[in-house]
Amino acid sequence: MRKLAILVAALAFAPAAFAAGGGGTASWQQWHAGNQLGDRASLQRGARNFMNYCAGCHSLKYVRYQRVGTDLGISDEVLKENLLLPGAKVTDYVLTSMPGALANEWFGIVPPDLSLITRSKGSDYVFQFLKTFYADPNAATGTNNLALAGTAMPHVLSDLQGVQRAVFDEHGAFVTFEAGVPGQLSAAEYDAFVRDTVNFLEYAGEPAKLQRATVGVWVVLFLLLFTAIAWLLKQEYWKDVQ
Amino acid sequence: MANVTTTAAGKGGFRVWLNKRLPVDEFMQSQLVGYYAPKNFNVWYFFGSLALLVFVMQIFTGIFLTMHFKPGELTAFDSVEYIMREVEWGWLIRYMHSTGASMFFIVVYLHMYRALLYGSYKAPRELLWLVGMCIYLALMAEAFFGYVLPWGNMSYWGAQVIVNLFGTIPAIGPGLVEWIRGDYGIADATLGRFFALHVIALPFALALLIVLHLVALRQNGSNNPDGIEIKANLGADGKPIDGIPFHPYYTLKDLVGVGLFLIAFAIIVFFVPTFGGLFIEAPNFEPANALSTPAHIAPVWYFTPFYAILRAVPDQQLGALLMGLSVVVFLFLPWLDRSPVKSTRYRGWIWKLALSVFTISFLALMVLGLLPAEGTYVTLARIFTALYFGFFLLMPFYTRIDPVKPVPVRVTYHA
Repeated sequence: MRKLAILVAALAFAPAAFAAGGGGTASWQQWHAGNQLGDRASLQRGARNFMNYCAGCHSLKYVRYQRVGTDLGISDEVLKENLLLPGAKVTDYVLTSMPGALANEWFGIVPPDLSLITRSKGSDYVFQFLKTFYADPNAATGTNNLALAGTAMPHVLSDLQGVQRAVFDEHGAFVTFEAGVPGQLSAAEYDAFVRDTVNFLEYAGEPAKLQRATVGVWVVLFLLLFTAIAWLLKQEYWKDVQ
Repeated sequence: MANVTTTAAGKGGFRVWLNKRLPVDEFMQSQLVGYYAPKNFNVWYFFGSLALLVFVMQIFTGIFLTMHFKPGELTAFDSVEYIMREVEWGWLIRYMHSTGASMFFIVVYLHMYRALLYGSYKAPRELLWLVGMCIYLALMAEAFFGYVLPWGNMSYWGAQVIVNLFGTIPAIGPGLVEWIRGDYGIADATLGRFFALHVIALPFALALLIVLHLVALRQNGSNNPDGIEIKANLGADGKPIDGIPFHPYYTLKDLVGVGLFLIAFAIIVFFVPTFGGLFIEAPNFEPANALSTPAHIAPVWYFTPFYAILRAVPDQQLGALLMGLSVVVFLFLPWLDRSPVKSTRYRGWIWKLALSVFTISFLALMVLGLLPAEGTYVTLARIFTALYFGFFLLMPFYTRIDPVKPVPVRVTYHA
């Protein structure tokens, strides 16, 4: 049993050790999205944010509008009025209207599909990415990003967040942000905006996550009962064994 | 009265009819009710039946995945997401299958470790061990092919690394690699053949080997934590005194093990299906991309001890050879172990020390294989590689001088 415990412990600590292998971390790398998948209003706001600010360039090619509607409690009428891209039907996948070839010409890269971005990079990464744009006169878009240095993506949320300036020390390491061009939202409001958006993307990465844990509780409860009965039965039979 | 007679005759009639054509009762009698197992099995003896359970679960979930999976470099990744999102309960089937792969290795490793603890590979069970090792080798191949199928970026680069290992074989290497891939790179042709091997060839091979494993087990019966042959102590009825019928005693005990196992299994499937990136790695949520190498290529945790050995050796050819040896060396255990005693319970401090060193080395290599091969990690991997091989290569010597204790005649059992 002790060796079993060691094995379990080794498995449990392996990811922690893996993360620790990355070296020093800057303050922004500690930011957590802190989004709650159970918060349906937040998911609805996130869907709205995504369709308004992201869907122009980024697709969610594995996600259907209607599935989003069903899962987030949005009626087909509301979907049609507020969320669908021009020409799309509710049964369509969320595809961007931007042609890939043109995008390649404009940005030098086709904006990636975001269906699985929170699964491959994590929700915290997306949260950090959307919060660490800063003014950079050397960048073609006028902004750069700490989470994805040299990103081809313009700061499309700059009217909300404003454009902050980043302060670096003499070694080029990031020190802090300072206020630049102000935006429409306060820092807290912008955090909430990004959190909702990340929340929606986390849902889009795995729609089943909304029901997984609920089903799981019942399955585990059933198995506990099953095991208890199996154990009692085994005890009853094993009484004979001397 | 007439009624009763009819019923009894009807019941007996069918049984007689059936058994005249198919030896159902005879099989039950010889394989379950009349098959005696030592009564002193402990928790380590759950893992054989659990491995069989996982195998069956993998077959069943695999059948349903195969209905929707489309092998092909343009379709594989999308079809997996289709299963996760649009197939009814597809996410559950897929997570059961991916979790099942890792759980298969957990139970098989614990099953093998049990054999080490109690000397179950020693005479007269050498062939039982060899067949079991063949199951393990087939399982490794099965898991590798299965890992490539979702066609994520880690699938692609993992396949690249593993297949290229065959390129280190002198003379035939490069041609062999091309033959395995069916193309100049990991491509559509590779995916197609890996799919065929994963869903047909290896499951068949595994099923056959499992039957052979059970036949070999029944030839001499199970070993036990005391390492005593229960057939050496027969009662007046000709049955082993320390044995109990497999059914109902062990079928019911194993059922409790099944319940406990399924609780752990369900907790992973429903609450932590990627298991922190250990069971499903994050880079595998990006489609295969020949132009974008993941920052850090690591196989799934169950291959990392061997991967750590591969990377510990500076020379690639020698590394591949040692990696192969680190798996194959288990085949020789029955002949490397010269101890007169089977169970660790009655062995001396030298064996206990050696087994502890091996256990720590294996787990350490497992963790090191997940970490980048840099600095101290490489040094540590080299030390643990040396200790790993030391356990096997020095075994013929230290098991002979190990101060063993007297083995009791009867098994230890507290009702």
